[in-house]
Amino acid sequence: MPRINSAAELETLRKDILSRRDPGKPAIAICAGTGCLGLGNDKVISAFQEEIKKRSLEAQIEIRATGCHGFCEKGPNVILYPEEICYLQVTPEDVPEIVSETLLGKKVIDRLIYTDPMTGEKAAHQSEIPFYRNQMRNLISNNTRIDPSSIEDYLAGGGYSALSKALFEMGPKQVLEEIKKANLRGRGGGGFPAGLKWETARNAPGEEKYVIVNAHEGEPGAFMDRALFTGNPHCVLEGLIIGAHAIGSHQGFIYTRHDTPQLKANIDTALAKTREYGFLGKNILGSGFDFDVEVHFDVGIFVSGESSALMRSIEGKNPEPRPKYIRTSVSGIWDKPSNLNNVETWANVPQIISKGAAWYTGIGTERSKGTKLLSLSGNICHTGVVEVPFGTTLREIVYGIGGGIPNGKKLKAVHFGGPMGGSVPESLLDTPLDFDAMSKLGAPIGAGGMLVLDEDTNMVELTRFYLDFLTNESCGKCVPCREGIRQMLKILTKMCEGKGKEGDIELLEEIAEVAGAASLCSLGKTASDPLKGTLRYFREEYEASIKGK
Amino acid sequence: MDNDTIDQIIDRHEGRAGSLIHVLMEIQSKNHWIPREALAKVSQKLGVPFTRVMQIATFYKTFSLTPQGHHEVHVCTGTSCHIRGSQRVLDKIQSLLGIRAGETDSNSKFSLAKGNCLGCCTLGPEIVVDGRHYARMTPEKAEEVLKKYN
Ligand SMILES: Cc1cc2nc3c(=O)[nH]c(=O)nc-3n(C[C@H](O)[C@H](O)[C@H](O)COP(=O)(O)O)c2cc1C
Ligand code: FES
Repeated sequence: MPRINSAAELETLRKDILSRRDPGKPAIAICAGTGCLGLGNDKVISAFQEEIKKRSLEAQIEIRATGCHGFCEKGPNVILYPEEICYLQVTPEDVPEIVSETLLGKKVIDRLIYTDPMTGEKAAHQSEIPFYRNQMRNLISNNTRIDPSSIEDYLAGGGYSALSKALFEMGPKQVLEEIKKANLRGRGGGGFPAGLKWETARNAPGEEKYVIVNAHEGEPGAFMDRALFTGNPHCVLEGLIIGAHAIGSHQGFIYTRHDTPQLKANIDTALAKTREYGFLGKNILGSGFDFDVEVHFDVGIFVSGESSALMRSIEGKNPEPRPKYIRTSVSGIWDKPSNLNNVETWANVPQIISKGAAWYTGIGTERSKGTKLLSLSGNICHTGVVEVPFGTTLREIVYGIGGGIPNGKKLKAVHFGGPMGGSVPESLLDTPLDFDAMSKLGAPIGAGGMLVLDEDTNMVELTRFYLDFLTNESCGKCVPCREGIRQMLKILTKMCEGKGKEGDIELLEEIAEVAGAASLCSLGKTASDPLKGTLRYFREEYEASIKGK
Repeated sequence: MDNDTIDQIIDRHEGRAGSLIHVLMEIQSKNHWIPREALAKVSQKLGVPFTRVMQIATFYKTFSLTPQGHHEVHVCTGTSCHIRGSQRVLDKIQSLLGIRAGETDSNSKFSLAKGNCLGCCTLGPEIVVDGRHYARMTPEKAEEVLKKYN
């Protein structure tokens, strides 16, 4: 493939790709996400490959191993195009029948489609299954339509047209204005406006500037960044390149997990392809803009997802955070202005540029715009990756999408943000998903790990669990964090063993306050958030564990 | 793994102090642990003080400075797996293998690790053996899985 040297050449290539494709051609999209692979979908993939080969249907039927479809609970997942028939819990034994009955015979196999556990109603198509129907899948829906290793698939769906628009029609200033107008807020935890951060980096003195994708996703219970990045790497890359152009950066970094081989492979392939096509490298699309990307890996510690720690790690040092008064947008990697955003934040950029801030701000609430990816897990019927517009109530997510609580149990609480987040009780379930509303309740959305807890959950134990996690993940540099967490953990462990004593709760509150005020980075500052939150809504459980009931 | 392969990895990054983590990662993933001689060589060839190499090698949990077993078993104890009973799975595996998390058995057959959410939260409790994920584990199912590696 020769390099693309102008916007016009890009459109010619796109037309060419589309002209070679028949939208009515049957395609089998088999989920190769971590969840489905854990359930043995690799065997389903090879069974399809064999069956198609055996029947010499290679030319008529396309097979795609895709990223996570979302409905991990019912995996292994298979979607048949063009009808979008969803088959759930597929086994290799089902494969010959699917090929003969559905792909060739155009008949739906009843046993493999979704059945509503309440009504017994069947749903064959993706658009009819409540789990999918009640979402707004602006970002994640492409996962089922593209093969992550194929840049042509991405281009066929309009890929890199936003980059072309940004380079040739808009220019850096206008792109920046658009992102500001869209009020895109960071999806990695803080909800900080991306436009403002970009502007700071853009205006910071110095020629050399960096842009970084935070794909560390170290929060336990969060898996949506990996689902999106593994399934649709070009979408994140396109956002990054647009951002780099707006900020005036020529060097980007991807910081990601070392323990997800599929993600690593997909990123590498995507980078190689973008270089080959001229979306990365010198003189991108003939615009005169140069930009390239390097991949770095975390090597197993949660705190390296924190912005300044992450930058130390890229420099090849220990990931110890710096105090916040040094802003990384001004002085980050090697003390150069460095703009860090989360995977999902970057992935939002292309659609904002393509469709405009006005379209984008039409989705969501007053101050939280667009959609949010959530990792839905815990005591819930339908676990998986979910995307909803901001403003969707927690109740709609738990019951409308998540299908409620299994085993006839009652819902107790919903926990957001993992070890640095908080829980809201059942009584607050009508709260809309919104950065500020959730923060006010002491359960900031964080990265989007949404853990559903049933009535059997012991909230004191859960808090102890999170602190136990954090003691191992604190970098140890500052005392309030290192010692504060350790002492709180000690007290909580005793309480869980039924050895709590009078005054423990007050002592916990005191330590939490000091660690919160005096720690260097957000890890220590927010380590006690689950504690504070559970004390706020479930204090009686703490009291009970002291009285030894 | 033979020393030649380690040497090759190190040689490819000669003189590039910034590649420290990359080199260690590569050795770890190919060799499953990093011998002391390799650390010394990394220090020398990349031009990084030995103390800094040790600082990095001991800080990040991924790097192992002792030999690992032939099979690496990882039990996820992330939140979701935890509330769905990963502790019982871990207990079972510990008693089956006769080692605790963080240890390697005496005939270097199995190494056991715990912790670190692996992103399969939808299907917990999960264990990973030599990179292969096994979802919805129970103590009994885990026993079945381990038999395959015996
Ligand atoms: C201990 C700790 C761990 C973090 N881990 C992550 C992470 O894994 N991924 C992420 O995107 N942000 C993480 N963050 C937040 C980052 O510091 C940073 O705010 C974020 O990546 C900025 O991107 P955004 O503005 O697009 O959200 C973490 C923060 C802390 C304090
Ligand atoms: S991993 Fe297959 S649907 Fe999520």
